[in-house]
Amino acid sequence: MYVAVKGGERAIDNAHDWLAEERRGPEDVAELGVAQIKTQLSLAVNRVMAEGSLFDPDLAALAIKQSRGDLIEAIFLIRAYRTTLPRFGYSAPVETGAMACDRRISATFKDVPGGQVLGPTFDYTHRLLDFALEAEGLDRAAEVEPEVHPVMPRVSQFLNKEGLIQDEPRPEVDETPGDLTREPLELPAARPLRLQALTRGDEGFVLSMAYSTQRGYAKNHPFVGELRIGTVPVEMEIPELGFAIEIGEVVLTECETVNQFTGSKTEPAQFTRGYGLVFGQTERKAISMALVDRALRWKELGEDDKGAPAQDEEFVLYHADNIQATGFLEHIKLPHYVDFQSELELVRKLRREADMRQQMREAAE
Amino acid sequence: MNAYNFAYLDEQTKRMIRRALLKGMAIPGYQVPFASREMPMPYGWGTGGVQVSAAVMTPEDCFKVIDQGADDTTNAVSIRRFFQATAGVAVTEKTAEATVIQTRHRIPERDLVEGQILVYQVPIPEPLRFLEPSEVETRKMHALEEYGLMHVKLYEDIARHGDISTSYAYPVKVEGRYVMDPSPIPKFDNPKLSMAAIQLFGAGREQRIYALPPYTEVVSLDFEDYPFQAGRADHDCDLCGADNSYLDEVITDDAGGRMFVCSDTDFCSERREAGHVGALGVEAVA
Repeated sequence: MYVAVKGGERAIDNAHDWLAEERRGPEDVAELGVAQIKTQLSLAVNRVMAEGSLFDPDLAALAIKQSRGDLIEAIFLIRAYRTTLPRFGYSAPVETGAMACDRRISATFKDVPGGQVLGPTFDYTHRLLDFALEAEGLDRAAEVEPEVHPVMPRVSQFLNKEGLIQDEPRPEVDETPGDLTREPLELPAARPLRLQALTRGDEGFVLSMAYSTQRGYAKNHPFVGELRIGTVPVEMEIPELGFAIEIGEVVLTECETVNQFTGSKTEPAQFTRGYGLVFGQTERKAISMALVDRALRWKELGEDDKGAPAQDEEFVLYHADNIQATGFLEHIKLPHYVDFQSELELVRKLRREADMRQQMREAAE
Repeated sequence: MNAYNFAYLDEQTKRMIRRALLKGMAIPGYQVPFASREMPMPYGWGTGGVQVSAAVMTPEDCFKVIDQGADDTTNAVSIRRFFQATAGVAVTEKTAEATVIQTRHRIPERDLVEGQILVYQVPIPEPLRFLEPSEVETRKMHALEEYGLMHVKLYEDIARHGDISTSYAYPVKVEGRYVMDPSPIPKFDNPKLSMAAIQLFGAGREQRIYALPPYTEVVSLDFEDYPFQAGRADHDCDLCGADNSYLDEVITDDAGGRMFVCSDTDFCSERREAGHVGALGVEAVA
């Protein structure tokens, strides 16, 4: 005899207990510390901060621990926490030109004032598994010369002096840009909103969109004019004081691409730009962002709509967010049996009717 | 949970949602954009409904949550617990006792009355979405009342299958103006959409809210020669014997055995308590 299934509550409690046990793993292996995650898995922490839109390495590390290393789950934890935080105000714009850079490269010039600084990059490592790392206790940090941060003027400034690169367009009135997390997205979106969506967008999605432009879908050959990673101070104006004070610092990755020139009868040929700015050391994301930003600017720059996905603002902005995407994708695990039942009834009815028509045809023959 | 405000959302956010709700009530069936927040449950799992419930809930409310018509499905349990923890409101499984009912995929069998609020979880609020993927385009179509595409779709269904092949999320027209998605309820529930209670629809991921005030005229789209038909399994409930409720088909063995039971668990248990017994049911223990 069928008894209506009860027990959803107990099932949920048991699932949570099991999850907690799996997260901890066997107890004869030392527990993973949040500080270890923060300092030794820092690139994962950076991704969680960037896509979680919250610069807090401690919380990001905690989220990674809690989510068992599922970074999208960790980003979700951060986002859900972030929305509950009160807004005290907005910081002054950060001055990335005055960044204390750990890494700064330009692909468009052999050398630039301030120099090319490789910094802590995987770029020229050979991707060979280092089995020495398996032997725990022998992992020693290499000795690095103390950091010096020379003044590093922006590479695009050099081109700008000659008028070779288009100025970043400035709005006629200096209005506060919209906030994607406080207002519903409405299209067409202004560039600040597009950049906000891209910087918190899924790294894989933004990467693939950027890659598609390189392969020819809205091709627009980019050079990395400059990629810089480092620390910038964050300042905020305190109303009681009447001037801005430094309230902390954040690590940012900034990428400016120099793209193929455009020109018209009235305007001489000029290079154009794409822009990427992301929390933490996240250069794959920042470069991807710059390429997609540039592709989305086709209308403003008088280019053709080639029908490429990366040119389609609505497509890119509505599908870049992995928290929205994963939630909706995974919701199909929820029960749908009521809808499925109505589909069953309909298919049965359609088949019955088709059967009847078939029989009538046979009877007529 | 004292770290959070009553019903989780801060009052500013609630105010923003209430404004959208009021606008929705003033323009029945119109999709109002709202600044949906990230909630501590995933998008697609009822975040729109949860935000709407949080915005209308008062400490005196009695809250009921159903998913597929049942109070004990896992996600219904999860959402009910969320409000027990964050709002401390009374909860019930009885449709008649509830002042706010959050639902996914069903309208309760029992007629709702004035003073009750039914909150729907909506995955895709745009009824035209499967015909036109662009939001910019569909908003234009609503503004111009350009619904020809939808009728062509229904007509093509009939031409191909001899019937309109939409069995849930069946589109409706509200007060002769907006075509609206009633959320993925089976079309069996469509005739109930004109009711005495307030109906609020929340789509969190898509950032849209819409509403039906009490006694709004809601008409399922159809043709004169192919009138709308609400479908249900051609059975009685095997537990309570009801012949007018929406039924779930439950597979009971691997040899084709099955039974049909009310999807609305409260409706079914009330009937059994009142002494009704279906073909496979047992007498309620008094």
